[in-house]
Amino acid sequence: MDLTLSESELAFQAEVRSWLAANVPAEPLPSMDTEAGWALHQEWEAKLAAERLSVVSWPREVGGREASLIEWVIFEEEYYRAGAPGRVSQNGIFLLAPIIFDHGTPEQQARFLPSMATGEKIWAQAWSEPEAGSDLASIRSTAVRDDERGGWILNGQKTWSSRATYAHWGFGLFRSDPDSAKHAGLTYYLFPLDAEGITVRAIAQLDGEAGFAEIFFDDVFVPDADVLGAPGDGWRVAMSTAGNERGLSLRSPGRFCAAADRLVELWKLNGADAPQSRDAVVDAWIGAQAYRLFTWGTVTRLADGGEMGAAGSVNKVFWSELDIALHETGLDLLGADAELLETPWMDGYVFSLSGPIYAGTNEIQRNIIAERILGLPREPKGAAK
Amino acid sequence: MKFELTEEQTGFAEAITDLMRSADSVAVARSWAGGDTAPGVKLWGRLADLGLTALVAPEEDGGLGGTLVDLVVAFEVLGHELAVGPWIESAALSPQTSGEMVTAAAAPLAPYAADAQVARLLSGTAGAQHASIDSTRTLTEVTGGEAFGAEALDRAVLAAAAQLVGAGERVLADSVTYVKQRKQFGREIGSYQAIKHQLADVRIALDFARPLVFGAALGEVPVSAAKVYAADAAYLAARTGLQVHGAIGYTAEFDLSLWLNRIRALVTAWGTPAYHRGRVLEAITDQKQAG
Repeated sequence: MDLTLSESELAFQAEVRSWLAANVPAEPLPSMDTEAGWALHQEWEAKLAAERLSVVSWPREVGGREASLIEWVIFEEEYYRAGAPGRVSQNGIFLLAPIIFDHGTPEQQARFLPSMATGEKIWAQAWSEPEAGSDLASIRSTAVRDDERGGWILNGQKTWSSRATYAHWGFGLFRSDPDSAKHAGLTYYLFPLDAEGITVRAIAQLDGEAGFAEIFFDDVFVPDADVLGAPGDGWRVAMSTAGNERGLSLRSPGRFCAAADRLVELWKLNGADAPQSRDAVVDAWIGAQAYRLFTWGTVTRLADGGEMGAAGSVNKVFWSELDIALHETGLDLLGADAELLETPWMDGYVFSLSGPIYAGTNEIQRNIIAERILGLPREPKGAAK
Repeated sequence: MKFELTEEQTGFAEAITDLMRSADSVAVARSWAGGDTAPGVKLWGRLADLGLTALVAPEEDGGLGGTLVDLVVAFEVLGHELAVGPWIESAALSPQTSGEMVTAAAAPLAPYAADAQVARLLSGTAGAQHASIDSTRTLTEVTGGEAFGAEALDRAVLAAAAQLVGAGERVLADSVTYVKQRKQFGREIGSYQAIKHQLADVRIALDFARPLVFGAALGEVPVSAAKVYAADAAYLAARTGLQVHGAIGYTAEFDLSLWLNRIRALVTAWGTPAYHRGRVLEAITDQKQAG
C-alpha cells in the first residue's frame, strides 16, 4: 500500500495546477442553465480543450491526452481545488462518450467525439419518461422502421432531461419492437435537438432555473447512421452508461474535498455562532476524506483490471448524501443569510438535492447493494405493488 | 500509487483467521468471560508466535518492523474473530517482542487498564476492578504511572478503529446469513426492502470506514477521523444487526451478543466519539491556519 505519486504523475499534477491557477475565472460563471451562463460555459470548455484538458483520459486524435485513471483523478482533484466552473459538457463526456467508445462505429467516433471534447456540441440525456423513471425498461416512446429512407421514426415524450433546454444533441432509448419483453426491443438513438418534429420545453427546477426539459417527438426521422449499437440492443448499451453514471466517473473526490475545505473555512468564520454544527462540520470533512480514499481504492482496483459493478451503487448513495450534508451544514453556519439565493452554498445545496434522485434513486441503489453485494433475496414479483 | 493490500498482507490476515477459527475463538471468549482465562492465554501464545505482539516493534529491537498497515490488517481480523486479551495494549500501544501480555491505562483515552487480572501492568498501581458491558474485558482503576507518547497512543487508537471495522463486518455477515434463513409472512425477511435498505446502509458505512482506517495508517488523515467513522459504522452494524435478529439477538446465549457488546465498549474506549471529533476539528482548523 503506497499512495505516493510517480515522477510523471507529479509532473502532470504540477502542470495542471499551474495552468488552472492562471486560467480559472476569478469570479464564478453565471449558472449554465441561463442563456448568458451557457455561452460562457461553452467558452470555458473551449479554453480547456485548447490545452487538451477537457477530456484528459481520451485518445489524442479525439482531443485528449491519454491520461491514466490515476492521472484523471489527479486532474479532477486539481480542477475542483482550483474552484473551476462546473462542466456543461458533463452529460456527453461522462455518460455518452464511454458508450460511443465501446459501441460506436469508427465513423460515429470521428463525427461526435471531437466536437464533444471542445464543448462545441453539448449533449443531453433523454432517458426518463413520464411513466418510466427508476423502472426504465418500461419506456413507451417508440421507434418504427422506415426502410425507404434507411432509418427510424421516433414518437413519444422524454422528461427530466438535464441541459436539454440549450443543448444541441440528445441520446436516449426508444422501443423499436413493441412485441418484445420489457428489456428487449429497445434501441439507442442519437438525434439533433433541432430536428424536424422535436419540441423542447424547459422545466424550471427548485431554484427557478431551466436545468431540465421535456422533449416531445412527433415523427422525428433518425438515419441508421445515428443508431448507437445494434437495433434491439439498447438496454445492454444503456446499462453500461448507468454504471458510469452511478460510479466513479461522474463524481470525483475533488468536488467534495473542495466543498469540505470551504466548509472548514466557513466554520472558522462563523462557528462561534453555531457551536451545535461542530459535529456536522467534522463529519462532513471526514466523509469527504473517506470518499477520496475510497476512490483511490477503486482506482487501484480498476487499474488492475477490476470492474466497478454494483460497487458503483455504494459509491452513489454515499456521495449523494455526503453532498447534501456538506451543503446543509454550510447553510446552518450561514444563519439567516443562508436563505439568500445568491450564495454559492445555496446554489450547491439545490444542486445536491438532485443527487439521491437521479442516476437511479438511492432506494434503487440500496436494492442493488442488498441483492448484488450482500446476496439478499429479490423481492417477490408483485410484492412492490 | 497503490491502495490495496499486498499478497503478504492478505496471507497474514488469513493465517490469523485460520488459527483463531481452529482454536474456536468464540468458545475461548466465553471461557474468558466466565473467569477461565487459560484457553485465552493459550490462544494468545499461538497468536504471539505468529508475531502479533512484535508486529510493529522495530527490527533492531527484535520486532518484525511491520507497518501500521500491517497492524490494521491484523486488528481487523482480531475484531472479526473476537480476540480476547489486551491486544491493543500489547501489540499497538506498547509492542512486546517477547509476546508478553501487558496492559495499561492511558487517560483520558483509556482511563481503565483492561485485563489487568491476567496481564502485567506497565506502570502505576492497580486499584478497584469493574465489569464492562463487554464481558470479555475487565477494567481496573490505575493510579500514578507514566504517560505514553503521542505515537504510541495513535497506534492504539488506530488498532481500536481497525478492530471496530472487523467486528462490524462480522455482525453484518452474520446478519445477512440470518435474514436469508428467517422467514415471516411466508418469505425470508431478507427479501423485504425495510430489511435490505438497513443492511445496505451498513455495507456503505463499513465500505467508507475501512479506507479511512488504512488512510490513517498511511498518514493521510488523523487517526481520530478513522476512529470516529469506524465507531459509527460498527455501531450502526451492531444496532442494525440486533434489529434484524429480533429477540434472539437480545439474548446473551446467542453469540451475536459478544460482538454487540464488544462494539459498544470500543465505541468509547480509546477516546469517545466526541473526544475524537474535537481532535479532528483541531487538526483541520490548525492545518488551515498553518497553510
